[in-house]
Amino acid sequence: MTAQGPIQADIEVGGGTWRFPASRPLRLDSGAQLAPLEIGYKTYGALNADRTNAVLVCHALSGDQHLASTHPITGKPGWWDRFVGPGKPLDPERHFIICTNVVGGCMGTTGPASIDARTGQPYGLSFPVITIADMVRAQAMLIEAMGIETLFAVIGGSMGGMQALQWAADYPEKIFSVVCIAAAARHSAQNIAFHEVGRQAIMADPNWCGGAYLAAGVRPEKGLAVARMAAHITYLSEAALQRKFGRELQRDGLSWGFDADFQVESYLRHQGTSFVDRFDANSYLYITRALDYFDLAAGYGGVLAQAFVRARDVKFCVLSFSSDWLYPTSESRDIVRALNGAGCRTSFAEIETDKGHDAFFLDEPLLDATLQGFLGAQAQARGLS
Amino acid sequence: MREDFAEILKLVRPSARVLDIGCEDGELLELLTREKQVDGQGLEISPEGVAHCVARGLSVVQGDGDRDLDHFPSRGFDYAILSKTLQQMRDPKHVLSELLRIAEQAVVSVPNFGHWKVRWALLSRGRMPETGVLPEPWYSTPNIHLCTLRDFVGLCDTLGLRIDACASLSGGKPARPIDPRAPIENWRAETALFLLSRRAEPSTGAAPPQNLFGEVELPRPEAPPARKPRRR
Repeated sequence: MTAQGPIQADIEVGGGTWRFPASRPLRLDSGAQLAPLEIGYKTYGALNADRTNAVLVCHALSGDQHLASTHPITGKPGWWDRFVGPGKPLDPERHFIICTNVVGGCMGTTGPASIDARTGQPYGLSFPVITIADMVRAQAMLIEAMGIETLFAVIGGSMGGMQALQWAADYPEKIFSVVCIAAAARHSAQNIAFHEVGRQAIMADPNWCGGAYLAAGVRPEKGLAVARMAAHITYLSEAALQRKFGRELQRDGLSWGFDADFQVESYLRHQGTSFVDRFDANSYLYITRALDYFDLAAGYGGVLAQAFVRARDVKFCVLSFSSDWLYPTSESRDIVRALNGAGCRTSFAEIETDKGHDAFFLDEPLLDATLQGFLGAQAQARGLS
Repeated sequence: MREDFAEILKLVRPSARVLDIGCEDGELLELLTREKQVDGQGLEISPEGVAHCVARGLSVVQGDGDRDLDHFPSRGFDYAILSKTLQQMRDPKHVLSELLRIAEQAVVSVPNFGHWKVRWALLSRGRMPETGVLPEPWYSTPNIHLCTLRDFVGLCDTLGLRIDACASLSGGKPARPIDPRAPIENWRAETALFLLSRRAEPSTGAAPPQNLFGEVELPRPEAPPARKPRRR
C-alpha cells in the first residue's frame, strides 16, 4: 500500500470543455463536417514559458480524459494514475500533460450522444462515421487553440498508440517524439471480428431502438455489457485469466443452473455492468468502427514506411507486450520495420509479461523504466529542465 | 575502453550512419555519437539493454541479429558493426551478407580459432580449448560457429566481399594492422577486426583511407578537412 493523496492536491489540474465556434468545424475523413465541435479535456502541470513541455496522452477505446484524476462517474483513480505524478514518467512538475476525450466519445467531446444543433435532438446514428485521423485532427485543433506549436511527446497505448502514429503521419512538424504502446498500424480481421461481435450485441438489444434510445428514454445496457465482456477477454492473456480465476467457484458447489458459478463469469459480468454506467452504447459503435477503419498504410499506397517519411526528425519509442494477442508484438515489429525503412530514429522493446494487452495499465517495471528513460533522454534533447 | 571499441572509433567516419548489432547497453554507440557525431541505431536482444540505451538517448530496437536484420532497409547505413558475436549466430553467412545489404561497409570482429594457443590446447590436451578469448567450456559456450582467420577470409571470398582493412587485437595491446591472408597471422592473431565492403559495388562515400591501423594520422573528428564546423 502506498500512501498517496489525490493528485489534485499536489499539482495544477486544469481542463473542462473547449468549444469551437460553428465557423470552425471539424472536417472529417468521410467528407462530413462536425460543428460546433466541443472537446472535453484535462491538463496536469503548467505550460512552460517556451511552450515546449506539452505532452499529449491519447486514450484507448474505453478510456477518457481522466488520465490521472478521480473519474467523475466511477469515483476511481485516473486510468494511468500510476504513470502520472511527481517522479513518475509523466511528471506534472516538468510536463504540461494534456488528455482529451476523443471525437465520438461520451465524456464531453462531441459524440453520438451530443445534441445535434440542427435538430435539437441527440445525434444518435445521424452522427457521422469518424476515423482515428479525425480524432487526431480534433486534438490538433485543440493544441493549436491552446497556443502550442510543438508537442514534446504524443503518447498512447492501444487505440491511443494508433492516434500517436497518426500524429506522426499527419503532423510530424508539430511533434518531437512519439510513444506507441501495444498498438498496431491497422486492424486485423480478428480485431474487426471481435468488434463486430460487440456491435451486434448492442444492436440486438431491443433498448437500442435503432440508435435512438436516448430520445426513447432507455439504454441498451445489456447489449453494451455483453460487448464489453467480449472485448475484455481480448485484453487479458489466457495465463492471466487462469492465474486470476482458474476454475474457482463463486460459492461452494455448483448451482446446476446459469448463475455466475465461476469467478471468471462473475468478473466479466461486473466488467460489463460497471462499463454501462460510464459509456454510451453508440459511442462504442462509432469508436470501434473508427478502429476497424484504421489502416495507416492505406493512404500511402499500402506502404507503411511512406506514412512516416515526413517524420524523420521525430524520435519514436514503440513497445509491445509478449502475451498481448489483441495487438501482438508482430504488429509492433511491422511498425518498427516501417519506421526504420523511412529512416526514423526508432527504439523498440517487447516487454516480457503474461498480463496480456492490459499490461499497459498494470505494474510492469520495465515498461516504467523504458518510458522514463526515453522521456528523460528526449527531455534533455529538447532542452527541458 | 575495450580495445575493439578504440579501433572501431578510429575506423568510423564522422557523421556516418551506424548500425550496431548486439549493442548491449549502448556503450559503443554512445562513444561514437559523442566522439564522431554519428547517427546511430542499435539492435539488442534484451529488453533491459534496450531500456538502458533508450535512457542514454540512443535509438535501439530489440531484436535478434539472427532473425531481425530484416527490420533495416537496404543501404540504410554507412556502417554495420558486429563486434565479437558473428560466431554466436545460427547462420553467420546469412548475417554477414545481411550486414552488407544494410550498410556500405561492415565492421566485424571474430576470435581466431587458428591462434596458436587454441591449436596447442587441442593438440596437447585433446580437449576443446578454453582460452582468455574463448573462456567457456564446450557445453555452455555461446560460440557455436567458431572459425579460423583463414576460414573467415574464405567466407568473405565466397560472398564476394572486399577486405578494406584488418587488424589483430589481443588483450591490452594496441591493435596491429595485419594482412589476414598471411599464414603467420592465422597463428598469431587472437581476435581479428575486419572492415568489409561489397566487391562489386564499392562504397560510394569517401574512399576508406589506406593503412587504417598504421601510424598515419587519421583526420581529427572535430575538424574534418572538407567541412569546418560553423558556429551560429
